[in-house]
Amino acid sequence: MSDTSLKLSGNEALNARSLHEQYAELDQQREAATLGMWVFLVTEVMFFGGMIMGYIAYRFAYPEAFREGSIHMLFMAGTINTAVLITASLFVAFAVHGAREGNRKLLVWCLLISMFLGICFLAIKGYEYHDHWVEHKVPGIDFQWDGPDPRHAELFFVLYFFLTGFHALHMLIGVTVLGIITCFAWKGRYTPEYHNPVENAALYWHFVDIVWIFLYPMLYLIGHQHL
Amino acid sequence: MATKAVRKRTYIWVWITLMCLTGLTGGISLINLHAWSAPIAFAIAVIKALLVATFFMHLLYEKQKIVWVWSAVGIVWLTIMIVLTMDDYVTRGFLRVAGK
Repeated sequence: MSDTSLKLSGNEALNARSLHEQYAELDQQREAATLGMWVFLVTEVMFFGGMIMGYIAYRFAYPEAFREGSIHMLFMAGTINTAVLITASLFVAFAVHGAREGNRKLLVWCLLISMFLGICFLAIKGYEYHDHWVEHKVPGIDFQWDGPDPRHAELFFVLYFFLTGFHALHMLIGVTVLGIITCFAWKGRYTPEYHNPVENAALYWHFVDIVWIFLYPMLYLIGHQHL
Repeated sequence: MATKAVRKRTYIWVWITLMCLTGLTGGISLINLHAWSAPIAFAIAVIKALLVATFFMHLLYEKQKIVWVWSAVGIVWLTIMIVLTMDDYVTRGFLRVAGK
């Protein structure tokens, strides 16, 4: 950081305050934060991986029941939600761009748009859950099925609710984290040298996006009878 | 800085590609390709995930090699779990076991 002397004294003070004592400099602190976040994301891969493993094993065993189950998904809602999440990820990437450039306006606005899109995703998901409830497709509580294999179709819906339920929980956490980051960003806590929380929140958000990218074909696209 | 600045235009191109791939995979799912449907949908999902990881998550621009190792480790462990489990389920019917 040879240009530190050119920065405003306000930023310098913020940077000094943001550096924790165990690190020699902000760059070292940022590298540790990035690595720590990636390690956490790998544990998250294994968390969702367990459920995906269950899905693969049972879909291999009962492909027809899973195909029939998938027909009852709301194809358009799932597709729109995929687009919503990808767009939210774009704005989170822009937010990080704003943080790196020290553009507080861009940072705050992009975070707000991402949060709004995240809430839209949850609203559409809620609409889908409502539809399954009305259609008596809630396993264990109210499940009715006219197809040939109700037990294994119910299994598909169990996996569907666990996978999308935990994904929605991650979305809820993601929106909350972005909300906290937005507050700090609004107060001007981040500088081009120090904005680890923005970068790490963005990594988390993109990861949750990737999970949905896989859930979308697994749950919505194996039915082939949407039209 | 360990990661260099990514241009906004790059993000927009990645977003356009992701949207097109979403439309593509949704469109393909309307056609019944029998055994090919799942592999094609999965391949498109992998491409989309890689685009998000390399550009949005800045993996391509990350100068700490250890971060690349960790991201690869996530895939490797997941692959071990899925391949070794399915290797059991898929091959169960291969041999006739007396009394079964």
